[in-house]
Amino acid sequence: MIPAGFEYARATSLDDALAKLKAGGDGGKLIAGGHSLVPLMKLRLSEPRLLIDISRIPDLAGIRERDAKIVIGAGTVHHDLATSSLLRERCPVVSEAAATIGDPQVRNRGTLGGSIAHADPSADMPAVMVALNAEIHLKGPKGWRVVPAVNFFQDLFTVDMAADEIIASIQFAPVRTAAYAKLYQRASHYAIVGVAAALEVSDGTIASARIGLTGAASHARRLTQVEKALVGQPPSTEVIERASHAAALDAGEVNSDIHASAEYRRAMIPVFTRRALAAALARA
Amino acid sequence: MAAIPVLPKLVGERVKRREDPRLIQGRGTYVDDIKIAGMQHLAFKRSDVAHGRIRSIDTSAAEAMDGVEAVFTGAQVMEMLAPMPIATPFPSPPHRVLATDAVRYAGEAVAVVVASNRYTARDALDAIVVDIDPLPAVVDPELAMTGRPTVIHPEFPNNLAVALLPSGTGVSADGKVDDSAIEKAFAAAEVVISQRMVNQRLVPNAMEPRGVVAHFEPGKGSMTIWSSTQNPHILRTMIAAMIGLGQDQVRAIAPEVGGGFGAKVNIYPEEYVAAAISKRLGVAVKWVEDRSEAFVATTHGRDIIGYVDLAARRDGKVLGLKLRLIADIGAYNMLLTAAVPTLTMLMANATYDFPAIRTTLTEVFTNKTPTDAYRGAGRPEASYFVERAMDMLARELGLDPAEVRRWNFIARDKFPYATQMGAVYDSGDYEKALDLALKASNWNALVAERDAARKEGRLVGLGLAMYVEVCGLGPSSSLPTGGWEHSQVTVERDGRISATTGASPHGQGNETTFAQMLADQFSVPIEHITIHHGDTAIVKQGIGTFGSRSQAVGGVALHLAGGKVKVKMKKFASALLEAHEDDIVFENGRIAVKGSPASGKSFADIAAYAYVPVPLPEGLEPGLSDEAFFEPANNTYPFGCHISMLEIDRDTGEPTLLKFVAVDDAGNLINPLIVEGQIHGGLAQGIGQAMLEEAVYSDDGQLLTGSFMDYALPRATDFPRFELHSSVTPTPVRASSTRPSMRSPRSE
Repeated sequence: MIPAGFEYARATSLDDALAKLKAGGDGGKLIAGGHSLVPLMKLRLSEPRLLIDISRIPDLAGIRERDAKIVIGAGTVHHDLATSSLLRERCPVVSEAAATIGDPQVRNRGTLGGSIAHADPSADMPAVMVALNAEIHLKGPKGWRVVPAVNFFQDLFTVDMAADEIIASIQFAPVRTAAYAKLYQRASHYAIVGVAAALEVSDGTIASARIGLTGAASHARRLTQVEKALVGQPPSTEVIERASHAAALDAGEVNSDIHASAEYRRAMIPVFTRRALAAALARA
Repeated sequence: MAAIPVLPKLVGERVKRREDPRLIQGRGTYVDDIKIAGMQHLAFKRSDVAHGRIRSIDTSAAEAMDGVEAVFTGAQVMEMLAPMPIATPFPSPPHRVLATDAVRYAGEAVAVVVASNRYTARDALDAIVVDIDPLPAVVDPELAMTGRPTVIHPEFPNNLAVALLPSGTGVSADGKVDDSAIEKAFAAAEVVISQRMVNQRLVPNAMEPRGVVAHFEPGKGSMTIWSSTQNPHILRTMIAAMIGLGQDQVRAIAPEVGGGFGAKVNIYPEEYVAAAISKRLGVAVKWVEDRSEAFVATTHGRDIIGYVDLAARRDGKVLGLKLRLIADIGAYNMLLTAAVPTLTMLMANATYDFPAIRTTLTEVFTNKTPTDAYRGAGRPEASYFVERAMDMLARELGLDPAEVRRWNFIARDKFPYATQMGAVYDSGDYEKALDLALKASNWNALVAERDAARKEGRLVGLGLAMYVEVCGLGPSSSLPTGGWEHSQVTVERDGRISATTGASPHGQGNETTFAQMLADQFSVPIEHITIHHGDTAIVKQGIGTFGSRSQAVGGVALHLAGGKVKVKMKKFASALLEAHEDDIVFENGRIAVKGSPASGKSFADIAAYAYVPVPLPEGLEPGLSDEAFFEPANNTYPFGCHISMLEIDRDTGEPTLLKFVAVDDAGNLINPLIVEGQIHGGLAQGIGQAMLEEAVYSDDGQLLTGSFMDYALPRATDFPRFELHSSVTPTPVRASSTRPSMRSPRSE
């Protein structure tokens, strides 16, 4: 990589990172795993004057359960999500989705916070976080702020996060009956279409359903028609099938690129909705 | 006396690659590891647009930057360097080393910065202002052939570099064409298969991109040039000619080379420019390609359309083949560009005894990166066109695709076989390879499995293909560089052996296979042998590694040179042991009189005597070193049969390979482990092309698959376990019966 010149500073704490970010002004940029930022710097599409390395801040590390919530430090790398025994036991969809990201090199460096902050339209984790109704915990100069994932992702590479804020953690109530299914873009292993389904089943009825979709449009979003078609119904093949068909209507505008036409993407949304729902119910 | 340890024979054994420990531990020396005091760094300004007229290039801001030594535009480079040379006999438009008047593909270099470090050089590129008047671009060869929407080189109306060049039955060497045989074949046909087939454009993607360090020493008046090349001797010849030095004044070094795949045969603008600037400024200069540049500035492969017509009887006997080829060669002719598609014509017979064949070749300029040699260079394209047509024929007639092939094979008793296309296949036994593949794959069981899966509604398919490939390039009549290879073998004073080879391996493992051969030839431990390559000051002569030639041609030169030294060493031994030369044997690191090993001397003792020859045997010069050039009488034509089974996901259309069985006949194998590695790489390449890879351009000439985020190079997880088998059909045209190890698979 031959990027434009930049200064480098390693932050030792969240507050230290915020101070450095403020000092850096417009030219400051946070870097954790670098898997979204570095490719842009390589092409000189991004030329930050100051890189603030947040990858060794203790407050951003770790996966733990606290007050019936899973708390994941934003600096946690995908490999740690994929192999966490806590997640695999309590909320396996996160491990499952993390294991599909890129390749081992990417998973060893790329972080959950980075994936969410960058909000690539084809990234996997935004769909999962939408389905889990995760809270994004941000810290800025004015203190803490909590944004639900579904509101956090706003548009193409656009999130509800100010330039002077840092994602500290991602928190959600664990859902065991949840799964992620994706159609791989074969070069990058991003999702052409990715669907995360989180269900609650009690007494033979789907009590609640949250479905997150990525890859199809500008940003991750819920498939509310699918959710409506599921709630109150028995977890049967017929119900899954009917709900999956609702996904195509639910999808809205979809992307088209050299890897998949809009028509193909639209046709794949019900397929991967069905697969995610079936896999989630298999965990019930 | 203690028992003499027995040295095992190594040829044919699975000896681990001697190259690997240093390479996988990061201890290799690549071009980018070369550092010279005072060395400057180059960066190339490249055109963003695919086609346009250059109005002006303003380099003043870049020249004013701290650390920038100089900036040269295409016009300034033109004063130092003649146009790009090519090695094919076809007409070619003028091709400036850097663009001067017009740019013709996105990525074509228009200026070069010389700076004190790589980062400054890259920064300076952004300060160069290039004003280009855009012209319409064309990326579709069949559109370009109409002359619309643009003509890329005014000397070539309708963008035709080569137009309807005929070859095959009824085409004489002087170009006279007699259509009667091919017309008769099609007139007699009971069925004709016609299909347009596209063999798409690929990006070679060596793990190590290209790079060059040029170091002109004004005091000596000579140049050393390091380059990530497959052929340092050809590089030396070309660089010397282009910068006005003698071949004795240029030393070319290919250090570790991280793969070439044919794309590092060509001598590139960056190499000529580095040499010219080093000579002009009197300092060393370095350029190392980055991956984004490699996608557009290193030649591409394939990109050929075939219109295939196959005439046959209803019993499956093929009567004739017509193959009309349209090759998209990109914007310029590079070193071998125009010749590559002629190899598709040469291999149009495939493994079949077709009574009549007519091929025509049209080569078209488009606003894309030039093509050149890549991974089989024209021959896998022929296999694809012919084998797919054979499958279509079998399906049309409701016949077994294996049997239709068998009925049309060149019979094993017909070799050597002169093809309709002008090749002479040295040897072959295609039925043997087919039968082995059918047996090894348990074909009948696979057919049953496929049929059962289809009954369940699954989309499961079974495929079979033969191939034959021209390898071991080649007689000097077929290569403008000469088609021989050279080797020198030296038994050193301490009894160790140094050998050089003009083949320039870059992944083929010749440091191992050549040492295996010498270990057996001299009966010494392989640890006592070093193979030198890739440096024209050490390796006196050579051609290089491409066209599956390093083992088949270079290996024979090594064997011949070793044989000469062995004869001389016998004479010294004969004098020392007071026995007749014919009774001297080399055994287990010793040289002895036949039948009495205890009488012998160690190999090192005889070597020492040869260098301090007191007394000097009559008629002998001191020393143990000799060389050989080997000129092959013909190419070799290895072949094989591959079988695969795959399933298509009914919901998504995604294919998954379930099984892959490969039978390859590369003759006697020097090292089956290395050959299997080469075959694995070849399968990865072929499957990559079949299922994942393509260089995709937008209509305005931008490469849309310009990074690994969009260009789907296969991963290990994309493959099933490869099941490999080999048949062994020796070649009659070699001193050693080694065929080159596989070209259609991933070897060079």
